[in-house]
Amino acid sequence: MIEETLIPKVGVVTDIRKDTPDVKTFRVVGTDGKKLFEHMPGQCAMVSVPGVGECMFSITSSPTNQEFMEFSIKKCGCVTEVLHAMEVGQQITVRGPYGRNFPVEEDFKGKDLLFIAGGIGLAPLRSVINYVRHYRENYGKVVIVYGARSADDLVDFEEIKTEWKNEPNFEVYLTIDRPQEGWDDHVGFVPSYVKELGLDSNMTAVLCGPPIMIKFTLQGLLELGFEKSRVYTTLELRMKCGVGKCGRCNVGDKFVCKDGPVFRMDQLDELPDEY
Amino acid sequence: MLKIAKERLNELYGKIAQTQGLFIPVKKAGEVNYAIWGEGKEVSLETLKTVKSPKNMFFPQTENMMKFKTEGKNIDIIDMRDEKRPYVLFGVKACDYKAIEVLDKVFLADPVDTFYKARREATTIVTLACSRPEESCFCSVFGIDATAPAGDVTVWLDNENLYWQSNTEKGEALTAAVKELFTDGGEAEVEAQKAATKEILQKLPFAALDLSRFKPENLNELFDDPAWEELSEACLGCGTCTFVCPTCQCFDIRDFKTNDGILRYRCWDSCMYSDFTLMAHGNSRTTQMQRYRQRFMHKLVYYPSQNDGLYSCVGCGRCVNKCPQHLNIVKVIKTLGGKNDD
Ligand SMILES: Cc1cc2nc3c(=O)[nH]c(=O)nc-3n(C[C@H](O)[C@H](O)[C@H](O)COP(=O)(O)OP(=O)(O)OC[C@H]3O[C@@H](n4cnc5c(N)ncnc54)[C@H](O)[C@@H]3O)c2cc1C
Ligand code: SF4
Ligand code: SF4
Ligand code: FES
Repeated sequence: MIEETLIPKVGVVTDIRKDTPDVKTFRVVGTDGKKLFEHMPGQCAMVSVPGVGECMFSITSSPTNQEFMEFSIKKCGCVTEVLHAMEVGQQITVRGPYGRNFPVEEDFKGKDLLFIAGGIGLAPLRSVINYVRHYRENYGKVVIVYGARSADDLVDFEEIKTEWKNEPNFEVYLTIDRPQEGWDDHVGFVPSYVKELGLDSNMTAVLCGPPIMIKFTLQGLLELGFEKSRVYTTLELRMKCGVGKCGRCNVGDKFVCKDGPVFRMDQLDELPDEY
Repeated sequence: MLKIAKERLNELYGKIAQTQGLFIPVKKAGEVNYAIWGEGKEVSLETLKTVKSPKNMFFPQTENMMKFKTEGKNIDIIDMRDEKRPYVLFGVKACDYKAIEVLDKVFLADPVDTFYKARREATTIVTLACSRPEESCFCSVFGIDATAPAGDVTVWLDNENLYWQSNTEKGEALTAAVKELFTDGGEAEVEAQKAATKEILQKLPFAALDLSRFKPENLNELFDDPAWEELSEACLGCGTCTFVCPTCQCFDIRDFKTNDGILRYRCWDSCMYSDFTLMAHGNSRTTQMQRYRQRFMHKLVYYPSQNDGLYSCVGCGRCVNKCPQHLNIVKVIKTLGGKNDD
């Protein structure tokens, strides 16, 4: 039969990890036990529970992972609730990869990289960060600033503590919104932490998180002297098809599913303010 | 050029229908829509604006895409795409034909929509030149020549005859199948009709609409224009304008539980609806003004910016006739289209 992108593949959930009270990470392979398809960091996939619905998620695992794909999913509605109630061995459907990836093989190469994430915004960044770790010699210094509401809301905390923090030439800064017992790292919101850290404005920055965090963090970065053309982010709009046809994610002359979700801040400036 | 007497059109339809499905404007319960032809059906070729546009033939209002059978933890996906029977779409007007071109650029762009493509490839399109354009028509504003539409075959109709000219390979094949009913001739009659129609077209009330401001470089300025508030004030968000529009392409994908598995289908959707962009954490378009602006900005600025200047309005006038609030794209063009920024 002729390939049709809207017809998904069957995937099997082989592992479910509870990261935070409302985020679980799902490991998925094809029915043959192999990875469903290849992708690049920042690309997304449509995951579905037939009969409930289909949703777009960032592929949070790195493309260098040859065995499986992972999705970190926050519980917030119909489909994500059913996913959260799922058991290992359950089949779901997946189609993709969709969208433009981060320019890991172009603009990022040889650069010092700054990753700033808030909450579930780590999902798309985790793929890039682990990609950069895999091809470590291609990139300069890596600085990661990651914040969440509380210590329990930090996604993939184990990996951050045991792996990222020990990676050579990696600086990892964690912050939570309010003081909490047993937490001796920084307390405060991401945007103000970023300003306090006095980061080197020659780094190429990637920002992912709730819109309000992005807005204020960007302001902070600009004050520090960062240029918009060196700051990347991802947009999240309602999606159905993933391929620029259903019209749903249209902003100005762009479709976020196809022309994004990765955008540079200077590109966003050219779009009408409707995202 | 070939011709056939008007009284013999039923013979022509019958001949076509012997080998393939024939979709043609048919009157039923007071409304004209493209429907499968059969003996005794009331064909109304002259109706310019069928209620539903022929986009329904390629991009149906609802379409089954696939089925899921679930058993325990397992899922089986059943591909429901089947071989499409060839058919002829007869009587398509110039504006609606142009609209198919507009849709092609969306559905046939990579990755190709195979549901659309299969229907498109199975179809031979016979277009009909207009001879009595209506007051709500403004196709010429978009450079469309209503007197000589493209298509696999173009036909002209006057009080005596139907004139037939094939333009493509598919058209030749159809011509070969029906040729025995025709005689040669008609060039002079067609030329005369074209000239007469062009005169009417020039005098239509909307013939002089000015599109000069709808350029990609004015995108943000147009987006921010305060006029949208007043233009959209009366809009009910009913979506009628999007459903009758031959170029509106927005769709939804939904699942439906049946006795025999889960059906996934797609259906027309509308950017005029408040839940079109609704997400768990908010909505990118919260007011009807924003939704109204989206529809017309997409047609006049966004789509052309993505497609080498091709507008995604073809001036069919359906939204002009059907909006319960008398809002429409003509008012938008009159208000925003001609203002020059210098
Ligand atoms: C490019 C992209 C990447 C994303 N990556 C992730 C990720 O890695 N992890 C994660 O947890 N979430 C991610 N999301 C958000 C995720 O798609 C929504 O949380 C999810 O669709 C909610 O579905 P629901 O059925 O549970 O919620 P409901 O509120 O019941 O959903 C109703 C409908 O709204 C849509 N919808 C609801 N919220 C969103 C939203 N925020 N964005 C888009 N559509 C939405 C759903 O698709 C569904 O059709 C991403 C969204 C986009 C567009
Ligand atoms: S413009 Fe008119 S037809 Fe379109 S949604 Fe608004 S009220 Fe309905
Ligand atoms: S916007 Fe109105 S006039 Fe233009 S093609 Fe659509 S229905 Fe016809
Ligand atoms: S999700 Fe359909 S156009 Fe982007």
